[in-house]
Amino acid sequence: MSEVMTPAPKPSRRKLLLFAPLGVAAAAGVGFWAMLRGLQDGSFNPRGVPSALLGKPPPEFTLPALESSGLPALSSADFRGLPGPVVVNFWASWCAPCIIEHPHLMALQRQGVALWGVNYKDRPREAQAFLTRHGNPFARLGVDEPGRVSIDWGVYGVPETYILDRGGIIRWRFAGPLTPELMSQDVLPLLARLRA
Amino acid sequence: MIPELGHFALILAAMLAITQSFLPLWGAQRGDVRLMASGAPLAVAGFIAIGISFAALIWAYATNDTTVVNVVANSHSAKPMLFKITGTWGNHEGSMILWVLVLAGCSAAVAGFGGSLPSALQARVQAVMGMISLGFLAFILFTSNPFERIWPPPPDGQGLNPLLQDIGLAIHPPLLYLGYVGYAVTFAFAVAALIEGRVDAAWGRWVRPWSLAAWSFLTMGISIGSWWAYYELGWGGYWFWDPVENASLLPWLAGTALLHSAIVVEKREALKVWTVLLALLAFALSLLGTFLVRSGVLNSVHSFASDPARGIFILCLLGIYVAGAFALFAWRAPAMAPAGFFAPISREGGIVLNNLLLCSITAVVFVGTLYPLFLDLLTGQMISVGPPFFNAATAPLALPLVMAMAVGPMLAWKRAALWPVLQRLWWAACVALLAFILTLALAGWHVLSALGFACAFWLLAGAVADIADRAGVGRTSLRNAWNRARNLPRAAWGAAISHAGVGVTILGISGMGLATEKLVAVPPGGSTTFAGYEWRLEGVRDFVGPNFTARKATITVLRDGRVVHVMEPSKRYFPIGRTNTTEAAIRTSPAGDLYAVLGEERDGEAVLRLHNNPLAPWIWLGAGIMALGAAFSLSDRRIRIAAPARRRKDEAEAAA
Amino acid sequence: MSFFDALRRRARAWLRRAAGALGHASGGAAPAAMRPDSRWAGPLLLAFALLCVSPAFAQIGDTTYRLRDPVQEQRAREIGKELRCLVCQNQSIEDSDASLARDLRRIVREQVERGASNEQVMAFVHERYGDFVLLRPPFKWSTLLLWATPALALLGGLFAIWRARRVAAPAGIGPLELTEAERQRLAALQGDPKA
Repeated sequence: MSEVMTPAPKPSRRKLLLFAPLGVAAAAGVGFWAMLRGLQDGSFNPRGVPSALLGKPPPEFTLPALESSGLPALSSADFRGLPGPVVVNFWASWCAPCIIEHPHLMALQRQGVALWGVNYKDRPREAQAFLTRHGNPFARLGVDEPGRVSIDWGVYGVPETYILDRGGIIRWRFAGPLTPELMSQDVLPLLARLRA
Repeated sequence: MIPELGHFALILAAMLAITQSFLPLWGAQRGDVRLMASGAPLAVAGFIAIGISFAALIWAYATNDTTVVNVVANSHSAKPMLFKITGTWGNHEGSMILWVLVLAGCSAAVAGFGGSLPSALQARVQAVMGMISLGFLAFILFTSNPFERIWPPPPDGQGLNPLLQDIGLAIHPPLLYLGYVGYAVTFAFAVAALIEGRVDAAWGRWVRPWSLAAWSFLTMGISIGSWWAYYELGWGGYWFWDPVENASLLPWLAGTALLHSAIVVEKREALKVWTVLLALLAFALSLLGTFLVRSGVLNSVHSFASDPARGIFILCLLGIYVAGAFALFAWRAPAMAPAGFFAPISREGGIVLNNLLLCSITAVVFVGTLYPLFLDLLTGQMISVGPPFFNAATAPLALPLVMAMAVGPMLAWKRAALWPVLQRLWWAACVALLAFILTLALAGWHVLSALGFACAFWLLAGAVADIADRAGVGRTSLRNAWNRARNLPRAAWGAAISHAGVGVTILGISGMGLATEKLVAVPPGGSTTFAGYEWRLEGVRDFVGPNFTARKATITVLRDGRVVHVMEPSKRYFPIGRTNTTEAAIRTSPAGDLYAVLGEERDGEAVLRLHNNPLAPWIWLGAGIMALGAAFSLSDRRIRIAAPARRRKDEAEAAA
Repeated sequence: MSFFDALRRRARAWLRRAAGALGHASGGAAPAAMRPDSRWAGPLLLAFALLCVSPAFAQIGDTTYRLRDPVQEQRAREIGKELRCLVCQNQSIEDSDASLARDLRRIVREQVERGASNEQVMAFVHERYGDFVLLRPPFKWSTLLLWATPALALLGGLFAIWRARRVAAPAGIGPLELTEAERQRLAALQGDPKA
């Protein structure tokens, strides 16, 4: 070209701009690395939606009892004046992972933890059959056949497990089946702390 | 035996790739012509080896070889042969083989078409292609070997997702890969240029056809994916701003910018550093898409590669290629002397504006796609970034882009006057305004759609104005102008066609903005009116397909008592995999689609969802026109102007 | 890689899937259906991903979810388009057949029918499901960078252009008319009668 110029710009500033793509790529790379590590050890879960109700009391609701079970029904009034922390579990008989996590619920009941259940979008007969077959861990059981109360709680699937302190404030929520790791690392320590 | 052959061919290809990565590069550094010349035959040999490997995998699928884990996991003897074969690349491992096959194919094509390239450039390009190929071959061999055996063999495979048993999805990945991997070539050219420290007009000329070809395939790939979502998912939507869709849009946006800035390099030797950066960026974003889809960070449930080792492997590859290239860029780019100055208002200036806006849109899509991930990582907060955000954030950038699109091609190089160009476009502006007013008058208060129609007609009229202006309509006799138009360079026609294609796509999108739907329960024999038609449900019956059972409804669509069309939407049930799909019935016409979906049946009534999607087919037709325009440009003799040396040689031989 | 390794890997993948897709199933009342929700993955992802997740039981909804008043129905649709179906990918509750999406569609319509404003309906859902349910992220400190991206990108680009031109400026822009050499070059490249 006729006018190829060789200006002598201040090289440091110009160069800095040229490093921008490398910087962005490096930052993204470090982030992705952290995500992959987090995926492996479970600390990063792009699907784990935190509950919007943490630190708040549960919504106002009244649920009927499961007649055949003989268990008392569940309503928001029950969360007032609690003697200790409560675990609330949302479950259904048609939900396979609920069967997987069921032994943990039974263990909680054996340990004397107040465990209340909400039966989500289920048929009473099948819910009862589930309890008869796998055992009943619940001290109270509300039946939410339309699923409306569950939506008020921010439930987006079953199983979901909430822990409330004795003031009736939601302290912990997990969406998905309880696992031995969750029990030993989160649920039991938290319950012990809330009991203290 | 055949799978082992495929496995062996794959290892052989990796060995060839190692050689291809080093020998030509070493030769180029030392100036050894024989070493440099080794790149091309190695590339061809690698292509053949991977081809054999791919053929072996197809064979395993076609014969339903249940001793191969990959076949067991993804195929079934009851599948039609066509989908057995297309199923080869419908899974992670097989699609990776296709990926490297396309890459090796590009490499071989550079060897085949690149006879006129300076041997050092050819050698360096081949070496970079070899390195990319090597990385992904290693990825396949170490983490995703499709030839793994299983013994004793299970009686039959586990089937393939019925949603994937579709011809749209069979051709969608190969086209997409041709696009993604095509950018590997421009990437290799950019890296080679950085190593040489020289970018000139000739470089721009060699890069342009590759960026055109890659862009053309990517455009087709994306639009077929969108079309597939439209007819297969049964919701009448065509673009969901899903992270995975965005991952394919990112290289397309950067590639579109590259396509334009490479013109400036070729014609004016300006924007050299920037164009090199775009070439690196386009492929970096392709790789990012590969990483996002296969690593599991986007969605731990969905991603195919549930094995985090794969994610880390791809991330390492990404680190080597992308960070390496960007580091090379930061180091070597200052060596390129700026040249080819221009005034802000000029063709170059227009392309800079195009690049600015396209890159801003790229940045929005990039940040919007990754923001939730990084916010979750850094703060634990979960947010969603969905269509409302992307529409709101990209539209203000897209609007000036579209407005400039009609003006840019009519500006003169180096320095232009804006006013005369605008004067030549006044009638296009009138057409656009008319479209705006007519939409509001006819369709009601849909300002966004009206704006879309205005943009569409602005672009269509602008493309016509551009060609008319070049042909000299108004300055010379019509007959003369006609001859001149016919003799215009194909690149000029290609640009006008592609720009018009964008207009056509916007036309379709704006039409879809006026879409309506109706959900209704109809008993057999009953009817409902919607979109000016009477829809009569004749009945719902059982239907048995090769590997599914279905319920199929027959709907007669009438207008004024006359049968317009018979539609048969169905619901399929696939016993293998126990999954259901809906098959929407679509009646396409230039005015739009009538779209019917069959829902639940209860109490003797069937639920029907009916859509009226005005102008919908133009969305994908427009994309086809865009790709066609690129192909037209590609056929321009002048784009292969690098060929004269070879042509002279050919002519000499012919004369002899 | 032995058969058992492969088997173990499959089992692991299945369990992970069970924990995720089925595991947290927001299924409907049909007890037989442990139905994974409609997690549509995007047409491109599907090529690789949906292989491991069963697709939706593609039901298209219930007529009772629609409002009679077309203006209200239109408003409900607009609200629904802004709300994410939590169990799906970036899909709105209007475009999903997950049972949760259906419930939310219904709630939105009930509230609209009762005369609630768009903001009130959104606030109702937001209160229960948090920011994640909003497809248009709310303006707050943590999303500032996201919403500022278009402006930042434009300004950053303009700054880069300004710098590049300034770097070139000391030598002058040069003659702004095309030189004869450039004109000929362009003509040769373009074959454009005008150039």
